Amino acid sequence: MADKKIVLLGVTAMAGLLGCSKPAEEAKPGAAAPAAPAAAPVDDKGPIKVGILHSLSGTMAISETSLKDVALMTIEEINEKGGVLGRKLEPVVVDPASDWPLFAQKARDLIQKEKVAVTFGCWTSVSRKSVLPVFEELNGLLFYPVQYEGEESSWNVFYTGAAPNQQAIPAVEYLMSKKGGGAKRWVLLGTDYVYPRTTNKILRYFLHEKGVADEDIMEKYTPFGHSDYQTIVADVKKFATGKRTAVVSTINGDSNVPFYKELGNQGIKATDLPVVAFSVGEEELRGIDTKPLVGQLAAWNYFMSMDTPENKAFIEKWNAYVKKNNLPGGEKRVTNDPMEATYIGIKMWAQAVEQAKTTNVDAVRQAVGYQHVKSPSGFDIQLDAKNHHLWKPVVIGEVKADGQFRVVWKTDGPIRAQAWSPFIPDSAKKVADWTYPWACGNCTAPKFGPAGVVAAK
Amino acid sequence: MNTRDRIGVGNMRKTIEIAVIVGTTALVICPQAHAGPVEDAVQGLAAPSEEKIEESIRQLAALDDPRAIPALDALCDDRLRIGADGRPYVWDSKTRDVRDPLTGAVVEPAPRPLKEVEVGNEIRRVALPVLARLQLASPVAAVRLAAAEELSKSGSVGAGVLLHRALEREKDAGVREALQLAVARADLAGTDPTARVAALELIGKSGNDGFLSELKRLTTKNADGTPAEPDARVVAAAQRAMDSVQSHQRMVAFGGSLLHGLSLASVLLFVALGLAITFGLLGVINMAHGEMLMLGAYATYSVQTAMHGHRFYLLAAIPVAFLATGMIGAALERGVIRHLYGRPLETLLATWGISLGLIQTVRLIFGAQNVTVANPDWLSGGLQIANGLVLPWSRIAVVGFVILVAAGVWFILQKTRFGLQVRAVTQNRAMASCLGIRTKRVDALMFGLGSGIAGLGGVALSQLGNVGPELGQNYIIDAFMVVVVGGVGRLTGAVAAALGLGIINKLIEPAAGAVTGKIVVLVVIILFIQRRPQGLFALRGRVEV
Repeated sequence: MADKKIVLLGVTAMAGLLGCSKPAEEAKPGAAAPAAPAAAPVDDKGPIKVGILHSLSGTMAISETSLKDVALMTIEEINEKGGVLGRKLEPVVVDPASDWPLFAQKARDLIQKEKVAVTFGCWTSVSRKSVLPVFEELNGLLFYPVQYEGEESSWNVFYTGAAPNQQAIPAVEYLMSKKGGGAKRWVLLGTDYVYPRTTNKILRYFLHEKGVADEDIMEKYTPFGHSDYQTIVADVKKFATGKRTAVVSTINGDSNVPFYKELGNQGIKATDLPVVAFSVGEEELRGIDTKPLVGQLAAWNYFMSMDTPENKAFIEKWNAYVKKNNLPGGEKRVTNDPMEATYIGIKMWAQAVEQAKTTNVDAVRQAVGYQHVKSPSGFDIQLDAKNHHLWKPVVIGEVKADGQFRVVWKTDGPIRAQAWSPFIPDSAKKVADWTYPWACGNCTAPKFGPAGVVAAK
Repeated sequence: MNTRDRIGVGNMRKTIEIAVIVGTTALVICPQAHAGPVEDAVQGLAAPSEEKIEESIRQLAALDDPRAIPALDALCDDRLRIGADGRPYVWDSKTRDVRDPLTGAVVEPAPRPLKEVEVGNEIRRVALPVLARLQLASPVAAVRLAAAEELSKSGSVGAGVLLHRALEREKDAGVREALQLAVARADLAGTDPTARVAALELIGKSGNDGFLSELKRLTTKNADGTPAEPDARVVAAAQRAMDSVQSHQRMVAFGGSLLHGLSLASVLLFVALGLAITFGLLGVINMAHGEMLMLGAYATYSVQTAMHGHRFYLLAAIPVAFLATGMIGAALERGVIRHLYGRPLETLLATWGISLGLIQTVRLIFGAQNVTVANPDWLSGGLQIANGLVLPWSRIAVVGFVILVAAGVWFILQKTRFGLQVRAVTQNRAMASCLGIRTKRVDALMFGLGSGIAGLGGVALSQLGNVGPELGQNYIIDAFMVVVVGGVGRLTGAVAAALGLGIINKLIEPAAGAVTGKIVVLVVIILFIQRRPQGLFALRGRVEV
């Protein structure tokens, strides 16, 4: 136990010397004193505990259950290859039940009681915002695998889902292009909470910049679980007369089913009125008759239909795992973007631990920022040490009759995430950079001066 | 408002398939299919590059040969395949056959492996007008109508002459109307001032809002104050047409709000009707009511699975859902609730516990994920009531179904011996018991009936929204709202409250948005209950209110 503490101090000191540590650690007495070498072997040979924090019941279970499954699959895969640092990974699965405050409590349990080395979890932004203070207070490590609204960068979180510039902006640009139909008028439709509101705020600024007037933008929100889309679809139809119109949907969760049903029933075709969705993937389409939706779009960083050897292997692994564990849904189970992001996140963490030769959060955090993984989408993906976000390719797909997506556009390679949107005036000045001399996720000036001294607050 | 047609996707496809068969028989008579320009162009649809496919579509448009229809239709519909020999084939999703794109004959053996010809919206936007032009000559009226509508929408260039010719020989009134609009769009883009004014008059009469932007453009002025359109007669006609279209659209919007409100009301009534019996008449604060809806929806799902999604599985699901939820309800009453009569708080807790138990049970059996309950083909698509106003068949069916069920409940309560006993028991239990009515049996049957009706509600909801373990949780509040506003113990109250709440909600929604709309309705209810705690219809009689 004493050994461990020394190692910890040593690593902290190292991190401190690199100039990337948090002030809290720096304040610890003796932290700056030379301690035992950081490379000292850890004598703990027991399994490494890994937390999995996804809702397995409640409204979000529809989406998050698959992430828990794919996380367990990835951990099993790593264990089969001998684990990490010669130690097995032991998943600790908890169910926060789509209850946002419960997320925070479960996260605290995972770090304090279970002493997990890392946590993979959360889906909705509101759940992430709820656990954020816990991870920052206890210096935990969270990998967040879902596309989100940006405007955040935490020392304790790695974001493996897309930021708005890796999903929303390219999708809108595509719909503006000739290939995408040349939309001139925009409907921004979403569920009423932080992610759609922030995304639409960014999109509105972006559309203004592209010369779209306010009268050509319609913004509408519905409550969580809304199921009566008659009026909204009729309104959209009316608004769409005249100019070429596109709908940007940030509707989240199972409301998408009645929404798309209504589109189909009212005879709206993708060639006349394309709808691009940011939260609808293969998993969500499983609940819908996709024939009337052929040609509707989704923007992601991965599709199950992507034809790469890596993806083939990924899907095979997933199918075998589903079959072996007899998971509900059986052969109909699909892979999707957040599942890929979970997979990449776990791989990167495992690589980083191997490199750091310890599971210590501060050491691993330094290493994670430089990891590369060949992703199922076929790209060499890297984590950005500066803003803690993943570089991601952007892929736009059209729904096919079988519920899969046909890729119609993609970026040449992965693009870097912008944690702070340059289109929002207040955010444009902010910088997320956790390396020296910035060491900050939300600053307009570096924290450290040229000599390594802390700059004025 | 004219009831014009069904724009069901399934229906369209059916008619197209008929057209394919008709085309096939025509070709059987003259089977000499030598390689010609059409063959080449159809072959080009299987080209690897999108540019080549587009070019082939243009060739087909120039050739104007109806033999290309099946291939183009399949292309737009994701059913065109490339065989192992590199030739295009049409995949028949119904019979799972591979057919020749020109002759329509089944190809045996199929040249496997078949590769999908992948086209996106870009290609579809080019192909659909071409397909529509060819289909104008189709013998099936519905196909011609769809084609005419497509052409009036896209205003495909150079189609004027073609459309005029099609209009001359068209007999079907509905298709004529759509064709006239298509012609009007072509005329408006032309130069003949008389034709343009006539077109504008027609547009004004049709009230079609698809022309609004065009009309706006004609009536606006340039930056220097000169009108954008030099011909004053055209400007005046455009102004008249615009006023007429706009007033028509206002009417449609108002009518639409009322109809959407009616449809929302039918859903509210369905979720509340069962509760109006268990809570309203029996006085049980039944928190598990929502779960009865959920069980009804899952019963529908089970019937769908058992019948392999047969066309009429939904009809079979109605009695199954009713009996299943009715029996579960009666069993609950016998097992738990009867011990708790007269203790509302304990009932509330017990039924809440039951609801959690039922949710978890369903989760264990069917999984936490939502399950897919598909709309049968006869319920997909919608009825076009006026230009810009489509009511989905599924919602119309729910309105009809709820009227039937409400009438049935009224009949049972008012016209049958059992109903008489129920009314006697609710009015004065002790007296009814003295007169020899087996009150306990009546209680159990009543609770069963209420639950069974909730099960029917579940069948209806499965056609509109999601089916998952938490389905009931989303509706329980609405159900209590309707029953309380309507007046506890009165079915008429539930009907009136559902109608009122539904329509108010939909009238507010377009202006205030869905979220604010819900809040406003809640505030209205709170104020209403303050003024009239007994609800819309108070129970008069011996029971203390």
